[in-house]
Amino acid sequence: MKISILGLEGTAWNLSAAIVDENDVIAETTATYIPASGGIHPREAAQHHANHIADIVRQTLKKGGRNISAVAFSIGPGLGPCLRTVATAARALALSLEVPLIGVNHCIAHIEVGRWKTPAKDPVTLYVSGANSQVLAYRKGRYRVFGETLDIGIGNALDKFARSVGLSHPGGPKVEELARQAKQYVPLPYTVKGMDFSFSGLTTAAQEALKRAALPDVCHSFQETAFAMLTEVTERAVAHTGKNEVLLAGGVGANLRLREMLAIMCEDRGIKFYVPEKRFMGDNGAMIAYLGLLMYKSGYSTPVPDSRVNPGFRPDDAVVTWQ
Amino acid sequence: MAIVNMAIGGSPTIFASGAEAMITLDGNTIIKTRVQKRYRLKEIDETLRISRTKAEARLISEARRCGVPTPIIKDVTEFEIKMEYINGTSLKNVINPSLAGQTGELIGRLHTCGIVHGDLTTSNILFKDGKLYLIDFGLAYLDKTVEARGVDIHVLFQTFESTHENHDELIEAFKDGYSRMFGNACEILERVKEIESRGRYA
Ligand SMILES: Nc1ncnc2c1ncn2[C@@H]1O[C@H](COP(=O)(O)OP(=O)(O)O)[C@@H](O)[C@H]1O
Ligand SMILES: [Mg+2]
Repeated sequence: MKISILGLEGTAWNLSAAIVDENDVIAETTATYIPASGGIHPREAAQHHANHIADIVRQTLKKGGRNISAVAFSIGPGLGPCLRTVATAARALALSLEVPLIGVNHCIAHIEVGRWKTPAKDPVTLYVSGANSQVLAYRKGRYRVFGETLDIGIGNALDKFARSVGLSHPGGPKVEELARQAKQYVPLPYTVKGMDFSFSGLTTAAQEALKRAALPDVCHSFQETAFAMLTEVTERAVAHTGKNEVLLAGGVGANLRLREMLAIMCEDRGIKFYVPEKRFMGDNGAMIAYLGLLMYKSGYSTPVPDSRVNPGFRPDDAVVTWQ
Repeated sequence: MAIVNMAIGGSPTIFASGAEAMITLDGNTIIKTRVQKRYRLKEIDETLRISRTKAEARLISEARRCGVPTPIIKDVTEFEIKMEYINGTSLKNVINPSLAGQTGELIGRLHTCGIVHGDLTTSNILFKDGKLYLIDFGLAYLDKTVEARGVDIHVLFQTFESTHENHDELIEAFKDGYSRMFGNACEILERVKEIESRGRYA
């Protein structure tokens, strides 16, 4: 019988349910939380997820819900209240459908969906989202973190900067657009320490720079600096591991300038660069369902008593049972 | 690290090329050149290459002053360091418990000096005439925190583990050597254990 997995994602902004089988996504429904003002309010986001989850799951099951083999959900990392809301729904669903429950690591789901939907086999992954910014690669049973942010994720850095200059949410795309109108570069701090990097000093310095420079110029300089840092650490990981593929994952991966930098770096090193379709880059239920499917096939399941969410779940704490 | 040992009729030999630098050999001089990165803005690229070249040369000399054998710096220009060629072999090829102990002393001395290497591998330590030399200060920085020193050692232990059979013996010998040279070695080695249990820094 064909395996099909229902996956629930709700670690932050996006609430999404999807059903996948080994070949493709059968159904997917998403509802996005939009804050009334400012950045994400974890409790408000959780309330949004609680209000919509029944509907989202119902619609998804209606589109493709025959013979669900297991229910997968993001067990972490993410915002505690959001994770708990979605986990509660996942437990209830698994019990009522009488199928196993599978708690999956959200970061690893981003990587696995990329390996599914692009030709990448064993890549160095640059994972860039609101809260997360990491360079990862597989070695001996785990996805190892080769480099990561020492403070905030690149997405949150962009959003924070955008909000401070009065741009509405989500700020990243607006910064990207403004950057195209830039006339000159303004020096900003470039912070790479070993294989790690930091964005909070850059964000503060960009706000300061507005006193002497035009907004498009600062947007441009912010992007050029931050993305060069990310590309550099990715290149270091490639040199260190000897791998010959780079995969881009996470919502910030939609940025065209970041893609261009990574593409040039890979071209100059003579290695392959892969970017999944946009729908698989930001947080989505399909990636959770797909990693659930891989784990299900390897015989893994999460007993309900062990299904407590883990807001700080590191990808390198998860043992890879499916490769 | 791709070792491309190709001599082009008398001109400098390309020795190696890593993530950011190209190494050539000219007579008994090693030339480490930070190459241009097309992906980043010219202004950023040049500023970085200049400041890193300067910092690396400075820390190589600084380490030497503290009694850590490093190549003698012969000349530094914007993107290039010319230094003494250590005509030996990588520690990788010759490591044994006795040399691991010597490595412990070397790093103990470096840390005492306030320098963290940032990229400790058995390829970045050279062996010549019974003596160890530390090279590649491209990621080095000044830092006296327990965490920075702990990560430094942890990274080296990981190369022991991934590339050498008798790694437990090597690690023990390293610890002995480090403790001989570094005042509060216990605290650092405890932290190494903790960092290991956190499971990061591949
Ligand atoms: N002074 C030197 N003497 C002998 N060999 C050297 C010297 N400097 C570098 N090398 C060789 O070149 C390789 C790469 O140099 P390194 O400084 O480590 O650059 P990278 O940052 O690219 O790793 C080293 O692993 C070593 O084999
Ligand atoms: Mg080196």
